[in-house]
Amino acid sequence: MARVVVDVMPKPEILDPQGQAVAGALPRLGFHGVRDVRQGKHFELDVDDSVDDDTLDKIAEGFLSNPVIEDFVVRRVDQ
Amino acid sequence: MRIGAVTFPGTLDDVDTVRAIERAGAEAVALWHGDADLRGVDAVVLPGGFSYGDYLRAGAIARFAPVMEPVIDAARKGMPVLGICNGFQILCEAGLLPGALVRNHKLRFVCRDQWLRVESTTTAWTTRYEPGAEILVPVKSGEGAYMADERELDTLEGEGRVVFRYVEDNPNGSRRDIAGVSDGSGRIVGLMPHPEHATDPLTGPTDDGLGIFLSAMDNVKQGAA
Repeated sequence: MARVVVDVMPKPEILDPQGQAVAGALPRLGFHGVRDVRQGKHFELDVDDSVDDDTLDKIAEGFLSNPVIEDFVVRRVDQ
Repeated sequence: MRIGAVTFPGTLDDVDTVRAIERAGAEAVALWHGDADLRGVDAVVLPGGFSYGDYLRAGAIARFAPVMEPVIDAARKGMPVLGICNGFQILCEAGLLPGALVRNHKLRFVCRDQWLRVESTTTAWTTRYEPGAEILVPVKSGEGAYMADERELDTLEGEGRVVFRYVEDNPNGSRRDIAGVSDGSGRIVGLMPHPEHATDPLTGPTDDGLGIFLSAMDNVKQGAA
């Protein structure tokens, strides 16, 4: 078994209204100095050793992210 | 003339879609997400709603439902396919239409009657409209902002594939006020607003949406002739 993390983020040129809403709320809560917030998704997958990197890329690109609007990073992590 | 309306788990507007198809004078065929074939329909509509709870991304899971296999196959062979709201999102996720729909600006779910301009009257779903016609139909969505990169947007504009545009007040931050687009053949169309809710002045703001369904019927008849 291996732990795989996939992080999916909106592409820089895509409007991120959720991140903007968080950024807009921070000063109201008394937290100053945060210039920008981008919000994405974090997936943790427990996969069999038989699952190779190619397959993980296909999962990330074809399903977990939408390449039109999102970038993704796949990494294996120590459990 | 048989037009299918697909129900996924979480679809909301299948009943109004069936009603709109019947009001236009076609036979409505209810299709289920688990269906392996399209029951001999001549055209198919993917209605709005929140298929699979919008989990992951709107339309991302519905795109892999069994019924989508014959839908994608038929679409590639030229069957007229219309995606409304969540159906538009599904068509984009399936790669049948370019671009993607993302969260509305200011995170506001918008539900109101909306003026649209019909920018292309040569698609399978819009031949009944006069060029530049303005129609009033409901819009109700939280992830309706159409996004594509600038090059894709230029291509869509250049090829006349922006089918509907918001008039005056863009409800969601959609790029270039785009409310609906078509594929290169003009037979696959998706739009965020809801023509199926505007087919009877008793229950909708207008009957401006009826032309969508009548256009598809004309198109199928011409194909058969």
